[in-house]
Amino acid sequence: MEEILAIEHLSKSFVIHNLDKNIEALHDICIDLREGEFVGITGKSGSGKSTVFKCIYRTYAPQKGNIWYKSKKFGLVNLADLSERQIIYLRKYEIGYVSQFLSIMPRTTAQELVKHAVLEMGHEEEYAEREAFKMLEHFELDRELWDCYPGTFSGGEKLRLNIARAMVKRPRLLLLDEPTASLDHASKLKVRELIEQLKREGTTMMGIFHDIEFMENLCNREYTMRDGKLVDIEI
Amino acid sequence: MEDFEQPVLSVSNITKHYGKGCVNCRGSQVEHLLKNYCPVCGTVYACQDITFEVYAGEILGIVGESGSGKSTLMECLYFDQEVSSGEAYINSYKSGTANVFAESSQQKRYIRNHMMGKVYQNPLMSLKMNFSSIGNIAEKLIAAGNRHVGMMEARGKELLEHVNIPVYRMKEAPKNFSGGMQQRVQIAKALSNNPPLLLLDEVTTGLDLSVQASVLDLIKTIQRELKITVLIVSHDLGVIRMLADRTMVMLDGKIIEHGLTDQILEDPQQSYTQQLVQSLL
Repeated sequence: MEEILAIEHLSKSFVIHNLDKNIEALHDICIDLREGEFVGITGKSGSGKSTVFKCIYRTYAPQKGNIWYKSKKFGLVNLADLSERQIIYLRKYEIGYVSQFLSIMPRTTAQELVKHAVLEMGHEEEYAEREAFKMLEHFELDRELWDCYPGTFSGGEKLRLNIARAMVKRPRLLLLDEPTASLDHASKLKVRELIEQLKREGTTMMGIFHDIEFMENLCNREYTMRDGKLVDIEI
Repeated sequence: MEDFEQPVLSVSNITKHYGKGCVNCRGSQVEHLLKNYCPVCGTVYACQDITFEVYAGEILGIVGESGSGKSTLMECLYFDQEVSSGEAYINSYKSGTANVFAESSQQKRYIRNHMMGKVYQNPLMSLKMNFSSIGNIAEKLIAAGNRHVGMMEARGKELLEHVNIPVYRMKEAPKNFSGGMQQRVQIAKALSNNPPLLLLDEVTTGLDLSVQASVLDLIKTIQRELKITVLIVSHDLGVIRMLADRTMVMLDGKIIEHGLTDQILEDPQQSYTQQLVQSLL
């Protein structure tokens, strides 16, 4: 399997100007990911798991190290210093991010939210609608909810919508940032099924989970983080 | 180079000052300014050395506190004010080879009418309140050289429908409309000549939340459907978060930080940007 992502010696700290403080969030992180793999990251809250993802997605600006990504469009690129325009392109077409929170657009229904993701890629309205419906069905979001505003959805429904929105773009790399946090057992099982299904379909994924049991037999590799450092790798 | 990498507008070193300047503040002496004000001669530097590019189909947000120079920058780009120095190139004008600030007044009018649309915070700046809504749109079409009444009426109708103004109110004057409707008429007018670049200056300020949401929805839809490039100035970070792909932060007439919008909001680097983001409700 070909390597799709390689994080080399990634470090990140936050400078809080008004407190004159420098908080070190990540120290010398090295992770690699091959095509079609599912790599899990575990660790306590505040150990730096989400920071790694946000550095990959460039929501955070990494300070040291490289994040090599094999893009279909640009070839091998370093996400740590790639131009903003190229990052926008990759987010649109190649890298998906699912967080535990659904970012809602005002007065936008569930199906519009998914459809917009396809329209953003420059597809026609009709195609976007077809793909959105397919994806909502695929992730078993109740048909009655399609025309509702997602603000009123349950945690599980929001999550399925969130994953549908990310997956409708068919990303090469999917980052799952604690998708099971605050979900009940039945919803967690549903997420696990979804992940297994995505894995079968060949999507390359990285996931953050608190719940080690949940990750059992799901990941190709598991990394454990503590205080911003990688402390364990399980294969 | 791919299409998405072609800047629609490329701006370099725009400076706008009010006052003649003196040896203390002119040229490379700008570090002697007190914020954006020269303590010796009283010259105010509203914009200092502004450089950026905006690309096809993207929304670029500009944020900053009142008086940071955001609106002055927009006024300079729309030729409402003359720049003190600097250059700007528009891709669709002479293939991006001519500095538009150095062009004649006639050419500037041409660029303004064919290649840009602007929506002001105050609709009085753009709309004739006693003209009909469709007449306001016709004004911009006439300025661009159109004379065919039937064509202008059809275009006006199409645009007003697009911004959700009911057909039966098209001949009504904007003075009878609500704030949100007036903004929508302004947007229709700005779009009348299919400009590649739309400038939005605090378009939702002063509108109530539901009207704000409908105007923002409209901007997002128009931008997606027409694939137009948008430059939006706002001091409301919520508006920027919802609309902008990239964001520039201005303070005292300078760009102090720029980046992807979520990065500016979640990992601001500069002290001022951190304060601004922490003030977000």
